Amino acid sequence: MAETVGGILTSHVPAIGGAIARGAQNEPYWKPFFDGFLPVHKWLKDAKPDVAVVFYNDHGLNFFLDKMPTFAVGAAKQYNNADEGWGLPLFKSFEGMPELSWHIIETLVADEFDVTTCQEMLVDHALSIPAELSWPKADRWPVKLVPIAINTVQHPLPSPKRCLALGRSVAKALANWPGSERIVVMGTGGLSHQLDGTRAGHINKEYDRFCMDNLGPNPDALTQHTSLEIVDLAGSQGIEILNWIAARGAMGENVTEISRNYHIPISNTAAATMVLETLPAKKLGLAA
Amino acid sequence: MATLNQSAATRKPEPHSRQPIEGTTIFDGHEAMKGYGLNAMCFSFNDAANRKAFLEDEAAYCARFHLTPAQIEVVAKRDVLGMIREGGNIYYLAKLAGIFGLNVQDVGALQTGMSVEDFKAKLLAAAKED
Repeated sequence: MAETVGGILTSHVPAIGGAIARGAQNEPYWKPFFDGFLPVHKWLKDAKPDVAVVFYNDHGLNFFLDKMPTFAVGAAKQYNNADEGWGLPLFKSFEGMPELSWHIIETLVADEFDVTTCQEMLVDHALSIPAELSWPKADRWPVKLVPIAINTVQHPLPSPKRCLALGRSVAKALANWPGSERIVVMGTGGLSHQLDGTRAGHINKEYDRFCMDNLGPNPDALTQHTSLEIVDLAGSQGIEILNWIAARGAMGENVTEISRNYHIPISNTAAATMVLETLPAKKLGLAA
Repeated sequence: MATLNQSAATRKPEPHSRQPIEGTTIFDGHEAMKGYGLNAMCFSFNDAANRKAFLEDEAAYCARFHLTPAQIEVVAKRDVLGMIREGGNIYYLAKLAGIFGLNVQDVGALQTGMSVEDFKAKLLAAAKED
């Protein structure tokens, strides 16, 4: 049977891609952020995932306002990055796992999440930067990819409650997958930040701490706010926490925190990285 | 090197009942319709040839995407808050900013009427608050 090993949650600020390209990881500005990945690398060495299910938001590479799906699941054989317009180097392509994508899609639709399906899908920095951070200097990605894009661009946005439920439906699909893969879930973006308007530069440490403290043991706590209330608390782009919430749902019921890093600022963002390890149900049963 | 309009950055946002959060534009269907041409133009900047075409003849390029006169004006003035007021979404506007070599901290400074140094200092100060 497939096993969900846990989840990696991290910010995906474009400037991180520039820092990686320049080799700036040890510069004073960047080191506090990149050091947050040392425990991630250690954990991945033991967890050895071979599939990544990644919840992220597209920033105008694959999706435009002509067609804006609320939830979109990739079911492609391969996912390429492309020019995003602001000078980032091109990121490596991912091998897809369409058979698992369709299994997830079937479960989601059976659970009444009527998702958009994509047999062709470009993936942007929001997906590639977390992979670069998790598997630095890899010649090729050690994981096959199932990308799940959540609309955080055009309101009305899905509610945190709906995103958590979406993630939990994905967890059900992963638990029923007959393969022998080891699956890591990822949620990217956040934490608090705002790029636009006279409130640009907004950061909310208290709300970020609330999210990090509750995400593992009590993710339903994050559903007490509407998406609009989260924009108020965490900023226009802080709403990317929706990707973390969905990812948490997909990790399974019980997790334990392996690592946490929180650093202000990376670019305009309160940057954060967490690893939550999934506790197998049977292990819990033995402990009880 | 193009410069952005500093005075525009200090303009107060107009009150709007659909916009409950101070200093923040909720990009909803209303904004998405209003800003469609402007955002479509910015989306086209994913392609290097389009970025070049914009720089070579800005007016002709704006016309191709049917920008409104107000949108053409705020783009010409490099007025970021004005672009947002005319329906621009920051995820797409960032691609326009990229053409001028501006990052999101530069854009943040422009919108808040601060110098880039002061804007960065404000972010650093946020780390120390409790």
